[in-house]
Amino acid sequence: MESTVIKSTNFSAWFGSNHAVRNVSMEVPKNKVIAVMGPSGCGKTTYLRCINRMHELTPGATSKGEMLLNKEDVYAMHPIFVRLKIGMVFQRPNPFPNLSIYDNVIAGYKLNGIKIAKAEKDRIVEHSLTRVAMWNEVKDSLTKKGSFLSGGQQQRLCIARAVAMEPEVLLFDEPTSALDPISTSTVEQLFHELKTNYTLIIVTHNMQQAARISDKTAFFYVGELVEYDDTKKMFTNPRDLRTQNYITGRFS
Amino acid sequence: MILNVKYRIGKSRGMQLLTILLSFACVVPLILILLYIIKAGITKINWHFLVNIPKPVGEIGGGIANALLGSFIIIVVAAAIAIPIGILGGIYLSENKKTTLAYWCRLSVDILQGVPSIVIGIVAYFWMVKPLGGFSALSGSVALAIMMLPIIVRSTEETLKLLPDSLREAGFALGMPFHRVILKVILPCGFSGILSGVMLSVARITGETAPLLFTAFGNPYLSGNITRPMQSLPLLIFNYATSPYNDWLNLAWGASLILLVFVLVLNISTKLIAIKWKVQL
Repeated sequence: MESTVIKSTNFSAWFGSNHAVRNVSMEVPKNKVIAVMGPSGCGKTTYLRCINRMHELTPGATSKGEMLLNKEDVYAMHPIFVRLKIGMVFQRPNPFPNLSIYDNVIAGYKLNGIKIAKAEKDRIVEHSLTRVAMWNEVKDSLTKKGSFLSGGQQQRLCIARAVAMEPEVLLFDEPTSALDPISTSTVEQLFHELKTNYTLIIVTHNMQQAARISDKTAFFYVGELVEYDDTKKMFTNPRDLRTQNYITGRFS
Repeated sequence: MILNVKYRIGKSRGMQLLTILLSFACVVPLILILLYIIKAGITKINWHFLVNIPKPVGEIGGGIANALLGSFIIIVVAAAIAIPIGILGGIYLSENKKTTLAYWCRLSVDILQGVPSIVIGIVAYFWMVKPLGGFSALSGSVALAIMMLPIIVRSTEETLKLLPDSLREAGFALGMPFHRVILKVILPCGFSGILSGVMLSVARITGETAPLLFTAFGNPYLSGNITRPMQSLPLLIFNYATSPYNDWLNLAWGASLILLVFVLVLNISTKLIAIKWKVQL
């Protein structure tokens, strides 16, 4: 029995008067990888940022509609609580440049002033770095600054930082578009492993990536959710003409 | 054609030479001032000079301890007033780029920077000295704090504006509230820039005389009471350098050298701090 983690109903978002996301209704099942794809400016990133209420941080940004996390209204919760439950990884790796690798991983605890014992911290750091397949690479240089790592390592460090908070859902905003092909494939492998514990929603403008990594795919076009289905079905037998045109490369 | 190229090369060389010469011309005044002050002041400075207060005219010796202590106290109090206001104002400006308040704040800070220091001194006189019924070091500190404000606000704003938005977002995405993002992420990352701004503003006000003339006023005796008149280095130099007595002229030369060295050290260490503590983004 699949249970739904995120459910949005008639969700809309605006930047000022620009209607960026239009009446999107979709359900995200637990422990799956969901790819959100579409051409630039189609509202996919905006929709993603609405899920953990990052959208409202932009001046002039508004939203309307229902967004549920495990049947609880995200917009009735405190945004801080929402963001602890729904982690996020960004397009460009953004480790805290003033913190060591160790402190970057537990930044969610340390910078939020959550007191935990040293042994527990060590455990979280090791566990999180192991989850992102980085523990062996950096276990001897945990005190070094996070910004000395390579781009791909920095991005995995950012994933570890999100994983350390033990969220329910992880949001990825084009997580590999700033990475080289080798780092990209390392990160893509991670998605498969991470979905055993978390639900992953990944925005990508790369169709091949969507096809490779996801269980279900959502196709956004001009702010609308055009089609949302199992990835296999979507790429072999799309229902909508616009989806078909997009995946056959007639527009991008 | 050949001639033309030669002419162009010559013109280019000439231009290069001119810029080099004029760059030297920028360095010359500082070196001349340094040499002159060191020559006139270095012989006056010794331990006795630093720990004694000026003697009456005619007596041998005497020092500038009262001015050193006074300058120190006045600057520390001014910094204590200006730093929190300036940094918080700078944070506001960098976080709220387009609000009406930000517009007016930026405008008034820019204008404040151009207000002549003597005008600030007069304002402090009418705000503080008159209502309180007497000259005081505190009123001098307030006048200097007003002069420090624009430098601190602007340097804080400029430093924080350079930090990428992704850094703030990283904090918010971890569920950090606004004040923690500012205190734990933004400020530590911009620390070196903010500190340089603070140190430059201190260097800027250390030599200010005009705002202190009708506020701190000066005091020939050692005093640590900020509600009473207090001596400071620039005031001492101003008063003693215009006096006809040789002993006092000597004190003024020595004080000038100390003031100059202090400002120089402050400026150089600002540059070193900016390099050493810069956070690699």
